[in-house]
Parts: sequence; C-alpha cells; structure tokens
Amino acid sequence: MLERTLAEQRQDLRAGEYSSVELTENYLTQIDACQQLNAFITVSDAALEHARAADTQIAAGADKTLLGIPIAHKDIFCQQSVRTTAGSRMLDNFISPYDATVVARLDAAGAISLGKTNMDEFAMGSSNESSYYGPVRNPWNTDRVPGGSSGGSAAAVAARLCSAATGTDTGGSIRQPAAFCGITGIKPTYGRVSRWGIIAYASSLDQAGPMARTAEDCAILLSEMAAHDPRDSTSATRPGDDYTTGLEKPIAGLKIGICTEHMHGLDDAVRKIVDDSLAELTAQGCEVREISLPNTHLAIPAYYIIAPAECSANLSRYDGVRFGYRCEDPTDLDDLYQRSRSEGFGDEVKSRIMVGAFALSAGYYDAYYRKAQQIRRLIKNDYIAAFDDVDVILGPTTPGPAFKLGEVSQDKTAMYLQDIYTISANLAGLPAISVPAGFVDDMPIGVQFTGEYFAETRLLNVAHQFQQATSWHQRRPGDAA
Amino acid sequence: MSSQWEVVIGLEIHAQLSTRSKIFSGASTSFGAEPNSQACAIDLGLPGVLPVVNEAVYPKAIAFGLAVGADIGRRSAFDRKNYFYPDLPKGYQITQMDEPIVLGGSVDITCKDGSSKTVRITRAHLEEDAGKSVHEDFHGCTGIDLNRAGTPLLEIVSEPDMASAEEAVAYARTIHQLISYLSVSDGNLSQGNMRCDANVSIRRTGDDKLGTRTEIKNVNSFRFLEQAINYEIERQIEVIENGGSITQETRLYDPDRDETRSMRSKETAMDYRYFPEPDLLPVVIDEAYIDAVSDAMPELPAEKKARYIEELKLPEADAVILAGDLDLATYFETCLTTSGDAVQSANWVKGELLANLKRADLAPAESPLSPKQLGTIIARIKDGTISGKIAKAVFTALWEGETDSVDAYISDQGLEQVSETSELEPIIDQIIADNPKQVAQFKSGKTKLLGFFVGQVMKQTGGKANPKQVNDLVVAKLG
Repeated sequence: MLERTLAEQRQDLRAGEYSSVELTENYLTQIDACQQLNAFITVSDAALEHARAADTQIAAGADKTLLGIPIAHKDIFCQQSVRTTAGSRMLDNFISPYDATVVARLDAAGAISLGKTNMDEFAMGSSNESSYYGPVRNPWNTDRVPGGSSGGSAAAVAARLCSAATGTDTGGSIRQPAAFCGITGIKPTYGRVSRWGIIAYASSLDQAGPMARTAEDCAILLSEMAAHDPRDSTSATRPGDDYTTGLEKPIAGLKIGICTEHMHGLDDAVRKIVDDSLAELTAQGCEVREISLPNTHLAIPAYYIIAPAECSANLSRYDGVRFGYRCEDPTDLDDLYQRSRSEGFGDEVKSRIMVGAFALSAGYYDAYYRKAQQIRRLIKNDYIAAFDDVDVILGPTTPGPAFKLGEVSQDKTAMYLQDIYTISANLAGLPAISVPAGFVDDMPIGVQFTGEYFAETRLLNVAHQFQQATSWHQRRPGDAA
Repeated sequence: MSSQWEVVIGLEIHAQLSTRSKIFSGASTSFGAEPNSQACAIDLGLPGVLPVVNEAVYPKAIAFGLAVGADIGRRSAFDRKNYFYPDLPKGYQITQMDEPIVLGGSVDITCKDGSSKTVRITRAHLEEDAGKSVHEDFHGCTGIDLNRAGTPLLEIVSEPDMASAEEAVAYARTIHQLISYLSVSDGNLSQGNMRCDANVSIRRTGDDKLGTRTEIKNVNSFRFLEQAINYEIERQIEVIENGGSITQETRLYDPDRDETRSMRSKETAMDYRYFPEPDLLPVVIDEAYIDAVSDAMPELPAEKKARYIEELKLPEADAVILAGDLDLATYFETCLTTSGDAVQSANWVKGELLANLKRADLAPAESPLSPKQLGTIIARIKDGTISGKIAKAVFTALWEGETDSVDAYISDQGLEQVSETSELEPIIDQIIADNPKQVAQFKSGKTKLLGFFVGQVMKQTGGKANPKQVNDLVVAKLG
C-alpha cells in the first residue's frame, strides 16, 4: 500500500482495501526502519489516534479530500503543541502554540500528520547539511545529499515514509530536493499559499507547496493548500482552484519555451534529459520556441543580497529573551544576546545574517539592496516578455544529480550555484514545478516547468501529461536505474 | 537666560492612536491590564507570525494630516527599523521611513503672553509602540510587559521652529488639543498616550549655523517638558560659556532631580538598517477615501474659536475656553440650540457649569445637567419666566437630581417671576409706608437708595419679583 500514490490511496481507503490505521502503521514502521535517512526531526505520537478517528469518519461516509492520508510537514510549519525547530538549535525547545494556515487547512481536509521533517537550518541551504539535527541522506544513495532545504520532506516521500509532504521554496528549496530525490514538487505563485505560521526566512520569496510522487498528488494537495488568508497580507486575494480538474486536458498546441541562457554551458547528460523531455512534449503536439531571459546571470547575486537582508531582520526575534535557546548565566543584556545567538545559530545562518546586515547598513544600502531589487524587476520583466511568446518554460531543475555529503558544503559559491535554475522563479514570484525526467550516475534528474502568475493549473496539467507518457516518477530507490 | 543666546527646539510627539485593537494584531490596546495579558502571538513576535494592518489607523492619521494642512501620502508603505531591545519582540519596529502618511503642514500656536506663531510640521508617520521594561519588583533582573507592544502610534515630527520652552509647550498643547478633538488619540498623558522627544540646541544670537543638538527622550507631561527644556538650555549655555562643546547625544529627563542625564552618545548611535517591510504591501490611498475622512471630521478648534467670535459675538476669552475642549464646545452648542442666546449660554457654560464640573471632577459629557436642560433654564430667563437668581436655584436642583424637568420644577415650586403691576404695587406701597425715613432721603436726592427698595421687594417676594419691573414701579412712585 505504500507504493500506491496519494490519489490511489484515497480510492483504496474509500474502497476499504485497507484502513488509515493500517496505512499509518505501515508508514511508522517504514520511518523506524529508515532512521539512517534522518528524514524526520519529530515523529508524531498522535498519528495513530488521528488515523483511528479518520477510519471512523470514512466508515460514516465522510467526504474530505485527504481523509486518512498520512503526510509529513517540513519542520518550518508551526503545528500546535508540536515542537517546531526550523532545523535549528535555536528552536530546539520551541513548542508552537498555534497552527500554520497550511497545517490547519490540511488537518481540516482530513490528513494525518506523521511528524516534522528535517531541513536546512531556517531553510538556508541546498543540501540539508546545515541542520542542527544532522544531514538527511538521499534514499537513492545514502552517501549523497537529498538537496535542500526541504530535504527531509523529499527523502521521506521518495523512501515511502509518508504519502506526501509539505515544503517551502525560497530559492529552489522544494524543486531542487524533489529533483535530487526523484519526486514531484511545485512552488506556487508567491502569495498563492498562506505564509502564516511558516517560520520566515526571506519573506518576499518564501512560498509553501506540496511534494509528492506525482503531479496529480501535488494537484490534490495544492487544491487544499491554496486560498486567500486574511492573516497574511501578501496572500493573493483571488480564491484557490481545484487543480485536479485541468490535469487531463490535452497539451497539443501548447507553446514550450527553451531558455537560451539555461541551455548554455549545461552538462551534456542533463542536456540530453532536457532534450528527451522536449521530444516527449513535441510528440504530444507541443510547439517549441527558444526564448531569452537575458538577466538570468544576475539572479544568484541578487538573491544572495535580498534573502540575507530579509533574514537578518526575520531572525532578530531569536534573542534568548522570550522563547527558544538562551545561553547559560548571561552576565548582562549584550552577553545574553551575543551568546544566545552565537550558540543557538549555526554557521550558515550566522553568515547570511551578517551578509544581510551589511547589505542594509548605512552607506551600502544603495549599492547592494537597492541594486538587487532593481535586478529583481529586470528578471521579472524578462519573464513577462517571454510569456508573450510561450505558455510554459522548460529547463533543468539543477545543474546535475545529487552530490555527495561534504562534497560541496565547503565551497559556498559552488553550493549557491546549485540554485541557478530555480532562483529566478522566486525572484519573479512565478510558479514552477519539478518532475523526474531521467537519471545521471544512477541518481534522479528533474526538469522544471515555469509558468505565468497563477498558472498552477497549466503547470500541473503539463507535468501530469508528461508523467502519463513517462515512467521516471514511478522509479523508486533501490530499483535499477 | 542670557539674551546673547538663541534657542532652537524641534519636537517629536508620539501619539497613541485610540483604536480598540493594535496596529498589526487583534489584541486589545486598553490600558492597565495584567502584564502580558494583552499580547498575542503577533505581539510576542513568535516564529511564523505575520502583521496585518488595522485599517482604523488610516482615517485617524489622515484626519490629523488634513487638520494641519499636510499632504496625504497616496502610497503608504511600512519599513523595518532594526535594533535589539528586550521590549522590542521582533528585533525590529515596523514604522514608516520612506513613505509616511502625512507630509508637511503646520499649526498656529499661542503663548501665555498672547503672542502667536506658526510651527511647521515635517511629517507624521504610523508605527508600532514597543513594550515596557519593568525594573521595579524584580531584584537583579528586568521584567518585560508586552501589553503596549504593537499599540498604534502617530509620530509627529516638527521643524525646529520653537525658540523657547514656553513655545515648545504651547506647540505640544496645540497638538494635544488637536488629536483629542479629532479622536485621533485619547490624549491621556498620565497613561502615556502622548510622549515627547525634544531636540534642543543653542547658538549665539545672529549665528546662521545651528548648534549641536541633544535629544531629550520620552517626556510625558507639559510641566516636565518645560522643565526639561529649560534645564537643558541652561546646561548647554553653561557648557559653552565654560569653553566646552555640546556632544550630540540622547538624554533622559529625571523629574525628581529636575535634570537631564546622558543616555547614549552619537558614537554609539545605531544604524537602524531600514528597509521596506516585505510582510506588508504598500497601501494606495485614493481621493475618495480622503474625502470620506474629511467629511467625517469635526470643526477644528481654531475654526470654532473664530466662528464663536465672529458669528456668535462671544468675547475672545470665552471663545478660547469653549472651543478648547470639544466636549465643552459640544455642550455649549447644544445648549445654545435650546436657549437661543449665545452670550448667556457661554456665560452659564464657562461659569456655573464649569465650576460645578471642576468641583465634582467630571467631564462635560458626564454632567448631571444636560445641555438641553441648561438651555431651557436660560430660555426661561429670557422669556421672563424666572429671574437670574431663581435660575441658579433651578440649576442646582437639576444638578442635585431633585428634578429632571426645568419647567415642571419652576411651576411645582411656584418660582415664576412676578411681573404683574397689580401684584407688585401693594407690596411696594407697603414698603414705602413702612420706611418713611428712606423715602425722605431718596426724595432729597439720595437716589442710591433705589437699591434698598428693590432689595426689600425681592426679599418680600422670595426673589421672584421681576427686578426691572420693580425698579420702574419704585421710581414711578417716588419720583
């Protein structure tokens, strides 16, 4: 039953093939068996109880979309009465008194929470190596990273530790780990999913989305997650959609854009995967057009000013005064601040806070922060111009397959370049989805579709049609590549 | 102060807006609750929380802007001001740096000596208040009360247009009156609804260049403001006259010692690293919204005062008193509607009513005597039903709650004025007969004795006789 997709499990539960309790027990056993992956920070002790309640409701004929489906939440989503750490020592003792909107909505839809997944500290990282709780290992090869920052969620879905999981994506943190772990993950339009209760990293870039085995599963989850939320002022006012209704639409005639700048200098093996994917789409009647995103090369520098700047303020609340980590025996206020923050935060977080504080400081603001915001506008305009000619843009999700633990983490620039294909969508606020599309070195490779604002339906439609014709997403860790 | 020195003062006034809930959360803003009982997850700055602007702050800030003739920012955005302090839960304050809601404007102030001048306003912006650090009751540590955290503030920044502590206080009082009038703020100084920072510098008379300024923080009474500025002026003069120079710094006023003390100097001044608040999108304020605020605004104190003088022909002193307090002005205007006599209404409101209110420590709106009732009393004087003297008795009866109807009380107690000649004549005749000595003196030219006769009649009638009628009758009989 763990091999079934979320969509199939829904049918199975209704058909009485197995119960939510059985499904949950199976997942809990699997979580236990896969502890070496380190995918979870906290495993729920209430999951079975909730599954029993779900079974009762199913028996009574209740019709909730996710009733009895066991999922996992990235440990960046606040969950009432549950420890919520953001992968940091700083919040090791933080029990959230409230639910994130995403958590509350999925609860309301009947999902069972199995626990909280591991992640890069405060979502800062592309390999899951910056977690206070230790690195997550890639289920396809445990010497390799699962990607980050939603690495725990990606590994958990790939290793069948949960039916699906939530993630957040600030610069690629859903799509890159999804690609590395051979699963499907969508970052919706900025503002499509509420940020209320998501521990902030970079507020103008953070966006939550589902991570699952298939585009269809993502569509089911996103339909429950996407809605206007009055508690988030940046939440889109237009109502969410039922993203499952457009999945089966034929994609013949759709105009697919290939970005010149993304293909330039691309690794040959990855290029072949992109080409093969394009061939598949052409076979279904799509048209291919080359487009240009001339400011693409500025995306990473701009991102590494804007995100640290916002994080430098967002993380100021972790000061040892009201909650979270506090150093032993502070001698005075400055000592309390300095040691609590020095001891509570890891190196990557400290480094980004310092970069951000510098970029915002008097005399440097114009040269860095303001300039980065100008670049952001240019990147956005490039996309708007491109979407005059095409419906979706296809490209690689990552430069290559998952790398080995420790391989890249010593070289910050190399690590930051991992996000080269994903970051622009965050800067522009556009939706983008990564789907499995092949293998390199026996490791999964993903391709990414980027769409116009609020074009989630179209992206999920293309991804689903692609998955109808391919089987990459059906491969599982342990299968021969 | 030595006349060779010129003083330059600018004020930053933090006015708490009188909204029921906080500027970015739904927690209550009411004063005096148990520490931390009115601080929700947003006020505490818990991980994952987000601010949402309380729409009620906009009409208040805009009303203030319109009242001082300022431009209203059509795009109102928020910024983050970063600094660490235990009573600042997020480690940044959400404020308005680049795009404040109110730009420019001015107010006219009048000093005690009657001189007046215009003080320009630089800007006024919306921001959230911080919590409070409580040092008492905690030995060796500090308590944090976050009830105040997130209370909406309008920070009103003036140009350095004031030249004395007295002018600064006159300006602060004018702003206080205006924000109270417009219900922008409750303006309760003892509850910290309005707090002033004063920037003070001195220069030799005739110098073009401004002197180095110091900033006196967080003064919450007009008296302390005056004392603090005067102390600071004297201190600066002394420093310079002794060959020293002024350090740009923040100082705190200690009312117990009547002195200011250095808090932090420019060298340790913060770089606040302002940047646009990404959690809040800019708000666009259109003409229709501003018009709606404008339409809902009451007549302003200066306009009211001018109207009282020009249209109602009140003496300026009366107009200042009545227009100075919106509650009192409203009382007066309601009273006038019933009485139909502005001068009399003004006399009664600023005299009898105000004296009674003060004695009972009540606000005009809490008066046991309604403005309509007072208006009726005045109307009864005017139509000759009662005398002024009886009117005071009626006022007291209503104030004491002995009755709630002016007319019923007058007739029940038989207080109607006696004006009928037929009723008064026999009384006057009797008094003339009883006082031959005074009659003889009057007739021989001692006309001042008229008062004696009238007084006797009033005594006999229990104050009900119409004094003018009695006057006329006595003169006719003795003349």
